[in-house]
Amino acid sequence: MPRNALAIKAQLGVVSQIDTLDPDFSCAENLLVYGRYFGMRAADIRARIPQLLEFAALAHKADAKPGELSGGMKRRLSLARALVNDPRLLMLDEPTTGLDPQARHLMWERLQQLLQQGKSILLTTHFMDEAERLCTRLLVLDHGRKIAEGRPRELIAQHLEPDVVEVYGQGALALARDNAHAGLRALAARVEVSGETVFFYTAQARPLLAALGDHTQLRTLHRPANLEDLFLKLTGRQIREEG
Amino acid sequence: MENTLGSTPSSHWALPRLSARWWPVFLRNWLVWKKLAVPSLVGNIAEPLMWLVAFGYGMGALVGQVTITTPQGAVAVPYILFLASGSICMSAMNAASFEALYSAFSRMHVQKTWDGIMNAPVSLDDVVLAEMLWAGFKALFSVTAIMLVMLALGISHSPKLLLAWPVLLGVGITFSCIALVFNALAKGYDFFTYYFTLFLTPMMFLSGVFFPREQLPGVVRAISDWLPLTNAVELVRPLFMDQWPEQAWLHAGVLLVYTVAAFWLALGLTRKRFGK
Repeated sequence: MPRNALAIKAQLGVVSQIDTLDPDFSCAENLLVYGRYFGMRAADIRARIPQLLEFAALAHKADAKPGELSGGMKRRLSLARALVNDPRLLMLDEPTTGLDPQARHLMWERLQQLLQQGKSILLTTHFMDEAERLCTRLLVLDHGRKIAEGRPRELIAQHLEPDVVEVYGQGALALARDNAHAGLRALAARVEVSGETVFFYTAQARPLLAALGDHTQLRTLHRPANLEDLFLKLTGRQIREEG
Repeated sequence: MENTLGSTPSSHWALPRLSARWWPVFLRNWLVWKKLAVPSLVGNIAEPLMWLVAFGYGMGALVGQVTITTPQGAVAVPYILFLASGSICMSAMNAASFEALYSAFSRMHVQKTWDGIMNAPVSLDDVVLAEMLWAGFKALFSVTAIMLVMLALGISHSPKLLLAWPVLLGVGITFSCIALVFNALAKGYDFFTYYFTLFLTPMMFLSGVFFPREQLPGVVRAISDWLPLTNAVELVRPLFMDQWPEQAWLHAGVLLVYTVAAFWLALGLTRKRFGK
């Protein structure tokens, strides 16, 4: 442990993946007790508690214990707890894993607010959507090694064609394999197969979609390339059990 | 995470680095306990009192007096006084052990309370210190309640009970340090059953709590001399009888060695467990 680890921690707010809230304390007490670990005076912490609970959308739950809270509420209480010392850097480990869409969007909204207030946030996530929304700087890690770094949109532009057409249904796999469909494949820059779905990566989706229109039994999904495509391109589509 | 911050791995067995940051951790345990104090009080004193009543009055009627050796020669004491002065040491031992095993393990491993605390500027050393002192405090609390009942029952009115009180806090701290060693090694609650059945329960019978150690065979008695509970009883019992303990510094020294060695060991093993 570095000698000045404690001085660093005094400036940090940490939300771990597994909640470490105190089950025996109410939401307000959780904040009070946690603030004391930073050497804060009880009166100073108490003065901050209403605004922290308000920020976490938990003002009505001040006296509830964590066991009475939903998953999203617990995560937001953990976030409020990490803010008790007004940290310079906030570290979040998969802050929205396991949350329903409403709870996830509320968490994202709060994190955006913090960014606008000028807080720095370092977060890890498996949700590429989350990374794309929140991050200005992204590191793609694979088995602990950095394999890409940059702004999300720039990384996508740098590594991928802008459009993706997903094709699935009866005969989809034949498009990717049979010689008869080589002409169609030539309309895409890159073709990938995953399970029953074929992915066409292209800069010009229109001619490809027109050609696919002839295959009425197939279902197609045309969408912009995203971080998930980037991640899969860089790390492969295979399930990696050892990971 | 620590390694990425450019640290050099320090030895698990380095000297404790303690600071005043143990206090908010101790306070946390106190605040939780305050919510549950009444049921906890009942649990903590009901069992020792049952021992005392069942054995003290029941067996006491059969045994009558017990003869023990003191600096003033052989003295006969009522069995209830003999038992009370021994079993209060056992209560301190049990209260501290339960707290530093089951409760500390819950906080450390099950609830991950320690992980949360260590994300704040509180070191593992201070967390372990806080748990150790807290378990000692729990022992003191039990002991105080039992002592008050003993006073009410008129078992002992020795003014030296005032001195027995801090001694029993020390006994609690000794056993909390020893228990924290096993807490650091535990994979689950089941492990603690071994500690209680293989270590604490035999010690209860070998330390002169229920009967004088003069009854023990020579070899067993030689082992018994070095058990922490024996040394606790040797210190506390005379105080209940309004006498001064024989070789008090020797007994206190043995307890101190156990305390310091166990704390150091517990801290090293806990650091290892947390990879610090």
